[in-house]
Amino acid sequence: MTAHVITISSGKGGVGKTTTVANLAVALAADGAKVVCIDGDIGLRNLDVVMGLENRIVYDIVDVIEGRCKLRQAMIRDKHLTELYLIPAAQTRDKNAVSPSDMTRLCNELRPEVDFILIDSPAGIERGFRNAIAPADRVLVVTNPEVSAVRDADRVVGILEAEEKRQTGLIINRLNPVLVKQHDMLSANDVLDLLGIQLVGIVPEDEGVIVSSNRGAPVAQDPKSRAGQAFRNIAKRIRGEDIPLMEFGRQDGLWDRIQKMAGGRKA
Amino acid sequence: MDEIDTLIQIKGLRDSLLVSIAEAPWEEQRAALLSQIDARQAFFQGARLALDVGTQIVKVNELVELRDRLSERNVSLWAVISESPTTENTAQLLGLATRISKPRPEDTRQFAVQDLGEETALFVNRTLRSGTRIEFESHVVVLGDVNPGAEIVAEGNIIVWGRLRGAVHAGSKGNERAVVCALDLLPMRLQIAGDAMNVAGRKETGTPEMAFIQDQRVIIEPWQPGNTG
Repeated sequence: MTAHVITISSGKGGVGKTTTVANLAVALAADGAKVVCIDGDIGLRNLDVVMGLENRIVYDIVDVIEGRCKLRQAMIRDKHLTELYLIPAAQTRDKNAVSPSDMTRLCNELRPEVDFILIDSPAGIERGFRNAIAPADRVLVVTNPEVSAVRDADRVVGILEAEEKRQTGLIINRLNPVLVKQHDMLSANDVLDLLGIQLVGIVPEDEGVIVSSNRGAPVAQDPKSRAGQAFRNIAKRIRGEDIPLMEFGRQDGLWDRIQKMAGGRKA
Repeated sequence: MDEIDTLIQIKGLRDSLLVSIAEAPWEEQRAALLSQIDARQAFFQGARLALDVGTQIVKVNELVELRDRLSERNVSLWAVISESPTTENTAQLLGLATRISKPRPEDTRQFAVQDLGEETALFVNRTLRSGTRIEFESHVVVLGDVNPGAEIVAEGNIIVWGRLRGAVHAGSKGNERAVVCALDLLPMRLQIAGDAMNVAGRKETGTPEMAFIQDQRVIIEPWQPGNTG
Protein backbone atom coordinates (compact mmCIF):
# COMPACT_ATOMS: atom_id res chain seq x y z
CA MET A 1 0.00 0.00 0.00
CA THR A 2 1.31 3.41 -0.81
CA ALA A 3 -0.87 6.30 0.11
CA HIS A 4 -2.05 9.07 -2.15
CA VAL A 5 -1.40 12.40 -0.40
CA ILE A 6 -4.08 14.99 -1.15
CA THR A 7 -3.93 18.53 0.19
CA ILE A 8 -7.08 20.64 0.34
CA SER A 9 -6.31 24.31 -0.12
CA SER A 10 -8.03 27.56 -1.11
CA GLY A 11 -6.13 30.76 -0.42
CA LYS A 12 -9.17 32.50 1.01
CA GLY A 13 -10.48 31.48 4.43
CA GLY A 14 -13.98 30.28 5.16
CA VAL A 15 -14.70 28.64 1.81
CA GLY A 16 -15.02 25.16 3.30
CA LYS A 17 -11.58 23.51 3.30
CA THR A 18 -12.01 21.85 6.67
CA THR A 19 -15.55 20.73 5.88
CA THR A 20 -14.32 19.29 2.60
CA VAL A 21 -11.48 17.38 4.27
CA ALA A 22 -13.80 15.93 6.92
CA ASN A 23 -16.42 14.90 4.40
CA LEU A 24 -14.04 13.42 1.85
CA ALA A 25 -12.29 11.50 4.63
CA VAL A 26 -15.57 10.09 5.91
CA ALA A 27 -16.74 9.22 2.40
CA LEU A 28 -13.46 7.52 1.47
CA ALA A 29 -13.30 5.59 4.75
CA ALA A 30 -16.95 4.52 4.47
CA ASP A 31 -16.00 3.10 1.09
CA GLY A 32 -13.41 0.90 2.75
CA ALA A 33 -10.25 2.97 2.29
CA LYS A 34 -7.81 3.53 5.12
CA VAL A 35 -7.58 7.30 5.60
CA VAL A 36 -5.52 9.63 7.76
CA CYS A 37 -6.41 13.33 7.99
CA ILE A 38 -3.80 15.83 9.04
CA ASP A 39 -4.85 19.23 10.34
CA GLY A 40 -2.26 21.61 8.92
CA ASP A 41 -3.73 24.70 10.55
CA ILE A 42 -1.42 24.93 13.52
CA GLY A 43 -2.56 27.45 16.07
CA LEU A 44 -6.12 27.54 14.74
CA ARG A 45 -7.09 23.91 14.68
CA ASN A 46 -10.66 22.91 13.97
CA LEU A 47 -10.70 19.75 11.89
CA ASP A 48 -11.02 17.84 15.18
CA VAL A 49 -14.22 19.74 16.02
CA VAL A 50 -15.79 19.16 12.61
CA MET A 51 -14.94 15.45 12.87
CA GLY A 52 -16.27 15.29 16.44
CA LEU A 53 -12.95 14.14 17.92
CA GLU A 54 -12.04 17.21 19.92
CA ASN A 55 -12.19 15.59 23.35
CA ARG A 56 -9.98 12.67 22.38
CA ILE A 57 -6.84 14.65 21.64
CA VAL A 58 -3.82 13.72 23.73
CA TYR A 59 -0.91 14.35 21.37
CA ASP A 60 -0.73 16.53 18.26
CA ILE A 61 1.37 16.92 15.13
CA VAL A 62 3.97 19.12 16.81
CA ASP A 63 4.44 16.46 19.51
CA VAL A 64 5.22 13.96 16.75
CA ILE A 65 7.60 16.30 14.95
CA GLU A 66 9.44 17.25 18.10
CA GLY A 67 9.66 13.64 19.20
CA ARG A 68 7.49 13.74 22.32
CA CYS A 69 5.36 10.86 21.06
CA LYS A 70 5.21 8.21 18.38
CA LEU A 71 3.23 8.88 15.20
CA ARG A 72 0.78 6.13 16.21
CA GLN A 73 0.03 7.83 19.50
CA ALA A 74 -1.07 11.04 17.80
CA MET A 75 -3.45 9.24 15.41
CA ILE A 76 -6.98 9.50 16.80
CA ARG A 77 -9.37 6.88 15.54
CA ASP A 78 -12.82 8.00 14.39
CA LYS A 79 -15.81 7.14 16.56
CA HIS A 80 -17.63 5.22 13.84
CA LEU A 81 -15.24 4.40 11.03
CA THR A 82 -12.44 2.12 12.20
CA GLU A 83 -10.16 2.92 9.26
CA LEU A 84 -10.30 6.70 9.67
CA TYR A 85 -7.73 8.61 11.72
CA LEU A 86 -6.97 12.21 12.54
CA ILE A 87 -3.64 13.77 13.40
CA PRO A 88 -4.67 17.03 15.07
CA ALA A 89 -2.87 20.35 14.89
CA ALA A 90 -1.32 21.94 17.96
CA GLN A 91 -3.44 24.74 19.35
CA THR A 92 -0.78 26.47 21.40
CA ARG A 93 1.95 26.74 18.78
CA ASP A 94 2.27 28.53 15.47
CA LYS A 95 3.04 27.54 11.88
CA ASN A 96 6.78 27.88 12.35
CA ALA A 97 6.79 24.84 14.63
CA VAL A 98 6.51 22.73 11.46
CA SER A 99 8.61 22.87 8.30
CA PRO A 100 7.79 21.59 4.81
CA SER A 101 10.39 18.86 5.24
CA ASP A 102 8.76 17.80 8.52
CA MET A 103 5.47 17.33 6.69
CA THR A 104 7.13 15.35 3.92
CA ARG A 105 8.87 13.09 6.41
CA LEU A 106 5.70 12.50 8.37
CA CYS A 107 3.74 11.60 5.24
CA ASN A 108 6.48 9.30 4.03
CA GLU A 109 6.28 7.45 7.32
CA LEU A 110 2.52 7.05 6.87
CA ARG A 111 2.49 6.20 3.18
CA PRO A 112 3.10 2.45 3.42
CA GLU A 113 0.27 1.97 5.91
CA VAL A 114 -2.71 3.82 4.47
CA ASP A 115 -4.60 4.50 1.21
CA PHE A 116 -5.18 8.23 1.54
CA ILE A 117 -3.62 11.07 3.50
CA LEU A 118 -5.77 14.21 3.44
CA ILE A 119 -4.12 17.42 4.59
CA ASP A 120 -6.20 20.42 5.64
CA SER A 121 -4.27 23.52 4.60
CA PRO A 122 -4.63 26.80 6.48
CA ALA A 123 -5.87 29.85 4.60
CA GLY A 124 -3.28 32.14 3.08
CA ILE A 125 -0.21 31.42 0.99
CA GLU A 126 2.44 31.61 3.70
CA ARG A 127 4.34 29.08 5.77
CA GLY A 128 1.35 26.95 6.81
CA PHE A 129 0.22 26.63 3.20
CA ARG A 130 3.76 25.75 2.08
CA ASN A 131 3.89 23.08 4.78
CA ALA A 132 0.59 21.61 3.65
CA ILE A 133 1.43 21.38 -0.05
CA ALA A 134 5.01 20.10 0.38
CA PRO A 135 4.14 16.38 0.57
CA ALA A 136 1.10 16.51 -1.74
CA ASP A 137 0.70 14.24 -4.76
CA ARG A 138 -2.41 16.17 -5.61
CA VAL A 139 -3.85 19.49 -4.48
CA LEU A 140 -7.58 20.12 -4.52
CA VAL A 141 -8.42 23.81 -4.55
CA VAL A 142 -11.73 24.67 -2.91
CA THR A 143 -13.49 27.85 -3.91
CA ASN A 144 -16.91 29.47 -3.60
CA PRO A 145 -18.65 31.03 -6.57
CA GLU A 146 -17.59 34.51 -5.41
CA VAL A 147 -15.19 36.88 -7.09
CA SER A 148 -12.84 37.21 -4.12
CA ALA A 149 -12.64 33.46 -3.46
CA VAL A 150 -11.98 32.75 -7.13
CA ARG A 151 -9.27 35.42 -7.26
CA ASP A 152 -7.48 33.79 -4.32
CA ALA A 153 -7.92 30.34 -5.81
CA ASP A 154 -6.30 31.65 -9.01
CA ARG A 155 -3.32 32.87 -6.99
CA VAL A 156 -3.00 29.45 -5.32
CA VAL A 157 -3.18 27.65 -8.65
CA GLY A 158 -0.44 29.96 -9.93
CA ILE A 159 1.80 29.05 -6.99
CA LEU A 160 1.10 25.35 -7.47
CA GLU A 161 2.03 25.63 -11.13
CA ALA A 162 5.23 27.40 -10.17
CA GLU A 163 6.03 24.63 -7.68
CA GLU A 164 5.37 22.16 -10.48
CA LYS A 165 2.54 20.46 -8.63
CA ARG A 166 0.79 19.51 -11.82
CA GLN A 167 -1.99 17.42 -10.31
CA THR A 168 -4.54 19.99 -9.34
CA GLY A 169 -8.31 19.74 -9.09
CA LEU A 170 -11.10 22.19 -8.39
CA ILE A 171 -14.01 21.86 -5.96
CA ILE A 172 -16.68 24.54 -6.19
CA ASN A 173 -18.35 24.69 -2.79
CA ARG A 174 -21.63 26.32 -1.69
CA LEU A 175 -23.10 26.85 -5.13
CA ASN A 176 -26.63 28.19 -4.95
CA PRO A 177 -28.46 27.26 -8.18
CA VAL A 178 -31.25 29.75 -7.53
CA LEU A 179 -28.85 32.67 -7.22
CA VAL A 180 -26.94 31.53 -10.28
CA LYS A 181 -30.15 31.44 -12.26
CA GLN A 182 -30.95 34.99 -11.19
CA HIS A 183 -27.41 35.98 -12.24
CA ASP A 184 -26.64 36.97 -8.66
CA MET A 185 -23.84 34.42 -8.29
CA LEU A 186 -21.02 33.28 -10.52
CA SER A 187 -21.92 30.07 -12.29
CA ALA A 188 -19.72 26.99 -12.12
CA ASN A 189 -18.81 27.71 -15.70
CA ASP A 190 -17.69 31.28 -14.91
CA VAL A 191 -15.38 29.88 -12.22
CA LEU A 192 -13.99 27.13 -14.43
CA ASP A 193 -13.52 29.52 -17.31
CA LEU A 194 -11.16 31.61 -15.25
CA LEU A 195 -9.27 28.94 -13.36
CA GLY A 196 -8.96 26.47 -16.20
CA ILE A 197 -8.13 23.44 -14.06
CA GLN A 198 -9.87 20.09 -13.84
CA LEU A 199 -13.22 20.15 -12.05
CA VAL A 200 -13.53 17.43 -9.42
CA GLY A 201 -16.93 18.37 -8.08
CA ILE A 202 -19.58 20.93 -7.25
CA VAL A 203 -21.13 21.02 -3.79
CA PRO A 204 -24.49 22.79 -3.45
CA GLU A 205 -25.20 25.23 -0.65
CA ASP A 206 -26.79 23.26 2.18
CA GLU A 207 -27.64 24.47 5.69
CA GLY A 208 -27.25 20.93 6.94
CA VAL A 209 -23.47 21.32 6.52
CA ILE A 210 -23.28 23.96 9.25
CA VAL A 211 -25.46 21.94 11.62
CA SER A 212 -23.44 18.79 11.07
CA SER A 213 -20.10 20.64 11.46
CA ASN A 214 -21.23 21.88 14.86
CA ARG A 215 -22.30 18.38 15.83
CA GLY A 216 -19.07 16.83 14.62
CA ALA A 217 -20.86 14.49 12.22
CA PRO A 218 -19.94 15.28 8.58
CA VAL A 219 -22.87 15.32 6.11
CA ALA A 220 -21.22 12.69 3.94
CA GLN A 221 -22.67 10.19 6.42
CA ASP A 222 -26.18 11.46 5.84
CA PRO A 223 -27.71 9.58 2.88
CA LYS A 224 -30.39 12.27 2.40
CA SER A 225 -28.11 15.28 2.23
CA ARG A 226 -27.48 16.80 -1.21
CA ALA A 227 -24.14 18.19 -0.12
CA GLY A 228 -23.30 14.81 1.41
CA GLN A 229 -24.04 13.15 -1.94
CA ALA A 230 -21.82 15.66 -3.71
CA PHE A 231 -18.93 14.88 -1.32
CA ARG A 232 -19.46 11.13 -1.76
CA ASN A 233 -19.30 11.63 -5.52
CA ILE A 234 -16.05 13.59 -5.23
CA ALA A 235 -14.60 10.79 -3.09
CA LYS A 236 -15.49 8.29 -5.81
CA ARG A 237 -13.87 10.48 -8.46
CA ILE A 238 -10.74 10.67 -6.33
CA ARG A 239 -10.69 6.88 -6.40
CA GLY A 240 -10.82 7.04 -10.18
CA GLU A 241 -14.49 6.27 -10.78
CA ASP A 242 -16.27 8.10 -13.54
CA ILE A 243 -19.25 9.72 -11.80
CA PRO A 244 -21.33 12.29 -13.68
CA LEU A 245 -21.84 15.70 -12.07
CA MET A 246 -25.00 16.17 -10.04
CA GLU A 247 -27.91 18.05 -11.46
CA PHE A 248 -29.08 20.92 -9.28
CA GLY A 249 -32.73 21.83 -9.62
CA ARG A 250 -34.11 21.80 -13.12
CA GLN A 251 -32.26 24.63 -14.67
CA ASP A 252 -31.57 24.22 -18.31
CA GLY A 253 -28.94 26.93 -18.37
CA LEU A 254 -26.81 25.50 -15.59
CA TRP A 255 -27.11 21.93 -16.75
CA ASP A 256 -26.12 22.88 -20.26
CA ARG A 257 -23.09 24.65 -18.92
CA ILE A 258 -22.11 21.77 -16.67
CA GLN A 259 -22.36 19.39 -19.57
CA LYS A 260 -20.25 21.69 -21.62
CA MET A 261 -17.48 21.89 -19.05
CA ALA A 262 -17.61 18.15 -18.49
CA GLY A 263 -16.57 17.85 -22.10
CA GLY A 264 -19.92 16.92 -23.60
CA ARG A 265 -21.45 18.77 -26.48
CA LYS A 266 -24.22 21.22 -25.92
CA ALA A 267 -27.52 19.74 -27.07
CA MET B 1 44.07 21.17 4.04
CA ASP B 2 42.67 18.54 1.69
CA GLU B 3 40.77 16.97 4.49
CA ILE B 4 39.27 20.27 5.47
CA ASP B 5 38.23 20.98 1.91
CA THR B 6 36.28 17.77 1.62
CA LEU B 7 34.07 18.95 4.46
CA ILE B 8 32.62 21.60 2.23
CA GLN B 9 30.77 21.55 -1.03
CA ILE B 10 29.74 24.67 -2.87
CA LYS B 11 27.02 24.90 -5.45
CA GLY B 12 25.83 27.95 -7.32
CA LEU B 13 22.13 28.79 -6.98
CA ARG B 14 20.16 31.35 -8.94
CA ASP B 15 21.16 34.26 -6.75
CA SER B 16 23.27 32.76 -4.01
CA LEU B 17 25.69 30.00 -3.08
CA LEU B 18 24.66 26.77 -1.39
CA VAL B 19 27.33 25.48 0.96
CA SER B 20 26.89 21.92 2.21
CA ILE B 21 28.95 20.91 5.19
CA ALA B 22 29.70 17.27 5.97
CA GLU B 23 29.12 16.02 9.48
CA ALA B 24 31.91 17.02 11.84
CA PRO B 25 32.32 18.95 15.08
CA TRP B 26 31.06 22.51 14.61
CA GLU B 27 34.47 24.00 15.36
CA GLU B 28 35.97 22.11 12.37
CA GLN B 29 33.11 22.93 10.04
CA ARG B 30 33.32 26.57 10.95
CA ALA B 31 37.07 26.68 10.44
CA ALA B 32 36.81 24.86 7.11
CA LEU B 33 34.20 27.28 5.81
CA LEU B 34 36.05 30.40 6.90
CA SER B 35 39.38 29.20 5.52
CA GLN B 36 37.71 28.42 2.20
CA ILE B 37 36.31 31.92 2.07
CA ASP B 38 39.65 33.48 3.00
CA ALA B 39 41.41 31.42 0.33
CA ARG B 40 38.98 32.46 -2.39
CA GLN B 41 38.11 35.99 -1.41
CA ALA B 42 37.33 37.22 -4.88
CA PHE B 43 34.87 34.42 -5.46
CA PHE B 44 33.01 34.92 -2.20
CA GLN B 45 33.07 38.71 -2.18
CA GLY B 46 29.53 40.00 -1.69
CA ALA B 47 27.99 36.53 -1.90
CA ARG B 48 24.81 35.39 -0.22
CA LEU B 49 25.27 32.04 1.46
CA ALA B 50 22.78 29.28 2.20
CA LEU B 51 24.28 26.80 4.61
CA ASP B 52 23.18 23.16 4.54
CA VAL B 53 24.14 21.53 7.83
CA GLY B 54 22.36 18.20 7.30
CA THR B 55 21.09 16.58 10.47
CA GLN B 56 23.46 18.43 12.74
CA ILE B 57 22.16 20.58 15.57
CA VAL B 58 23.66 24.06 15.55
CA LYS B 59 23.26 26.32 18.57
CA VAL B 60 22.09 29.91 18.50
CA ASN B 61 25.37 31.41 19.68
CA GLU B 62 27.30 29.35 17.11
CA LEU B 63 25.13 30.64 14.28
CA VAL B 64 25.31 34.22 15.51
CA GLU B 65 29.07 34.03 15.73
CA LEU B 66 29.38 32.53 12.25
CA ARG B 67 27.09 35.15 10.80
CA ASP B 68 29.30 37.87 12.31
CA ARG B 69 32.50 36.26 11.00
CA LEU B 70 30.91 36.00 7.55
CA SER B 71 29.73 39.57 7.47
CA GLU B 72 33.25 40.72 8.40
CA ARG B 73 34.28 39.04 5.15
CA ASN B 74 31.48 40.77 3.25
CA VAL B 75 29.52 37.53 2.88
CA SER B 76 25.93 37.43 4.06
CA LEU B 77 24.29 34.38 5.52
CA TRP B 78 20.62 34.31 4.49
CA ALA B 79 19.53 30.72 4.96
CA VAL B 80 20.30 27.64 7.01
CA ILE B 81 18.99 24.38 5.64
CA SER B 82 18.68 21.61 8.16
CA GLU B 83 16.90 18.34 8.67
CA SER B 84 16.76 19.03 12.37
CA PRO B 85 13.70 20.97 13.52
CA THR B 86 15.71 22.36 16.41
CA THR B 87 18.26 23.91 14.08
CA GLU B 88 15.49 25.16 11.78
CA ASN B 89 13.87 26.82 14.76
CA THR B 90 17.14 28.39 15.75
CA ALA B 91 17.69 29.72 12.26
CA GLN B 92 14.19 31.15 12.14
CA LEU B 93 14.76 32.85 15.47
CA LEU B 94 17.66 34.65 13.86
CA GLY B 95 15.49 35.65 10.94
CA LEU B 96 17.21 33.29 8.51
CA ALA B 97 15.38 31.38 5.80
CA THR B 98 15.23 27.61 6.20
CA ARG B 99 14.20 26.61 2.75
CA ILE B 100 15.53 27.39 -0.69
CA SER B 101 12.89 27.63 -3.31
CA LYS B 102 13.54 25.92 -6.57
CA PRO B 103 13.91 28.22 -9.55
CA ARG B 104 10.35 28.82 -10.62
CA PRO B 105 8.98 28.65 -14.10
CA GLU B 106 7.30 31.99 -13.47
CA ASP B 107 10.70 33.56 -13.17
CA THR B 108 10.87 36.06 -15.97
CA ARG B 109 14.48 35.20 -16.67
CA GLN B 110 13.45 31.76 -17.87
CA PHE B 111 11.28 33.10 -20.62
CA ALA B 112 12.77 32.84 -24.03
CA VAL B 113 13.57 36.30 -25.23
CA GLN B 114 13.44 36.00 -28.95
CA ASP B 115 15.41 38.22 -31.19
CA LEU B 116 13.07 39.56 -33.81
CA GLY B 117 15.78 41.51 -35.58
CA GLU B 118 15.20 45.16 -34.81
CA GLU B 119 13.08 44.64 -31.73
CA THR B 120 12.71 41.99 -29.09
CA ALA B 121 9.60 40.58 -27.49
CA LEU B 122 8.97 38.55 -24.41
CA PHE B 123 6.98 35.45 -25.25
CA VAL B 124 4.94 34.01 -22.38
CA ASN B 125 3.52 30.61 -23.19
CA ARG B 126 1.02 30.17 -20.34
CA THR B 127 -1.84 31.79 -18.49
CA LEU B 128 -0.84 34.61 -16.15
CA ARG B 129 -2.67 34.13 -12.89
CA SER B 130 -3.54 36.52 -10.09
CA GLY B 131 -0.45 37.82 -8.32
CA THR B 132 1.87 37.56 -11.35
CA ARG B 133 3.51 40.71 -12.63
CA ILE B 134 5.56 40.98 -15.79
CA GLU B 135 7.59 44.00 -16.67
CA PHE B 136 9.57 44.12 -19.88
CA GLU B 137 11.48 46.75 -21.80
CA SER B 138 9.91 45.87 -25.12
CA HIS B 139 6.84 43.98 -26.38
CA VAL B 140 5.07 41.23 -24.47
CA VAL B 141 3.21 38.41 -26.19
CA VAL B 142 1.08 36.04 -24.10
CA LEU B 143 -0.20 32.76 -25.45
CA GLY B 144 -2.84 32.17 -22.79
CA ASP B 145 -5.13 34.26 -20.61
CA VAL B 146 -4.24 37.18 -18.38
CA ASN B 147 -6.44 36.68 -15.31
CA PRO B 148 -7.78 39.35 -12.95
CA GLY B 149 -5.04 40.25 -10.48
CA ALA B 150 -2.23 39.70 -13.00
CA GLU B 151 -0.34 42.68 -14.41
CA ILE B 152 1.75 43.40 -17.49
CA VAL B 153 3.84 46.52 -17.92
CA ALA B 154 5.59 46.78 -21.29
CA GLU B 155 7.49 49.58 -22.95
CA GLY B 156 6.19 48.30 -26.28
CA ASN B 157 3.02 46.53 -27.39
CA ILE B 158 1.06 43.91 -25.47
CA ILE B 159 -0.51 41.10 -27.44
CA VAL B 160 -2.66 38.53 -25.68
CA TRP B 161 -3.71 35.49 -27.63
CA GLY B 162 -6.42 34.71 -25.11
CA ARG B 163 -8.65 36.54 -22.66
CA LEU B 164 -7.25 39.71 -21.18
CA ARG B 165 -8.82 40.29 -17.75
CA GLY B 166 -5.91 41.69 -15.73
CA ALA B 167 -4.20 45.07 -15.69
CA VAL B 168 -2.02 46.18 -18.63
CA HIS B 169 0.14 49.18 -19.35
CA ALA B 170 1.62 49.39 -22.83
CA GLY B 171 4.12 52.02 -23.90
CA SER B 172 4.98 52.45 -20.25
CA LYS B 173 7.86 54.83 -20.96
CA GLY B 174 5.59 57.14 -22.91
CA ASN B 175 5.42 55.50 -26.34
CA GLU B 176 2.02 56.67 -27.59
CA ARG B 177 2.19 54.39 -30.63
CA ALA B 178 2.01 51.28 -28.47
CA VAL B 179 -1.07 49.06 -28.78
CA VAL B 180 -2.82 46.40 -26.74
CA CYS B 181 -4.46 43.54 -28.62
CA ALA B 182 -6.40 40.60 -27.24
CA LEU B 183 -8.76 37.95 -28.52
CA ASP B 184 -11.07 39.08 -25.74
CA LEU B 185 -10.19 42.51 -24.43
CA LEU B 186 -11.83 43.04 -21.04
CA PRO B 187 -9.05 44.29 -18.77
CA MET B 188 -9.44 45.52 -15.21
CA ARG B 189 -7.12 48.40 -16.03
CA LEU B 190 -5.90 49.58 -19.40
CA GLN B 191 -3.27 52.22 -19.91
CA ILE B 192 -1.25 53.22 -22.96
CA ALA B 193 1.60 55.66 -22.37
CA GLY B 194 0.12 58.36 -20.11
CA ASP B 195 -3.55 57.73 -20.81
CA ALA B 196 -5.62 55.31 -18.75
CA MET B 197 -8.93 54.25 -20.20
CA ASN B 198 -12.04 53.89 -18.13
CA VAL B 199 -12.90 50.26 -18.77
CA ALA B 200 -15.66 49.92 -16.19
CA GLY B 201 -18.85 48.53 -17.61
CA ARG B 202 -17.31 47.20 -20.83
CA LYS B 203 -18.98 44.02 -22.03
CA GLU B 204 -17.61 41.05 -23.91
CA THR B 205 -17.80 41.69 -27.62
CA GLY B 206 -16.87 38.22 -28.78
CA THR B 207 -14.38 39.57 -31.26
CA PRO B 208 -10.64 40.34 -31.13
CA GLU B 209 -9.98 43.98 -30.36
CA MET B 210 -7.16 46.48 -30.33
CA ALA B 211 -6.63 49.46 -28.06
CA PHE B 212 -4.54 52.41 -29.22
CA ILE B 213 -4.21 56.12 -28.76
CA GLN B 214 -6.01 58.50 -31.06
CA ASP B 215 -6.24 62.23 -30.35
CA GLN B 216 -4.54 61.67 -27.01
CA ARG B 217 -7.17 59.20 -25.85
CA VAL B 218 -7.20 55.44 -25.69
CA ILE B 219 -9.87 53.94 -27.88
CA ILE B 220 -10.79 50.34 -28.59
CA GLU B 221 -11.77 49.01 -31.97
CA PRO B 222 -12.43 45.58 -33.41
CA TRP B 223 -9.18 44.23 -34.77
CA GLN B 224 -8.86 44.24 -38.52
CA PRO B 225 -6.20 42.73 -40.69
CA GLY B 226 -3.89 45.40 -41.98
CA ASN B 227 -4.68 47.73 -39.09
CA THR B 228 -1.37 48.23 -37.36
CA GLY B 229 -2.21 51.25 -35.27
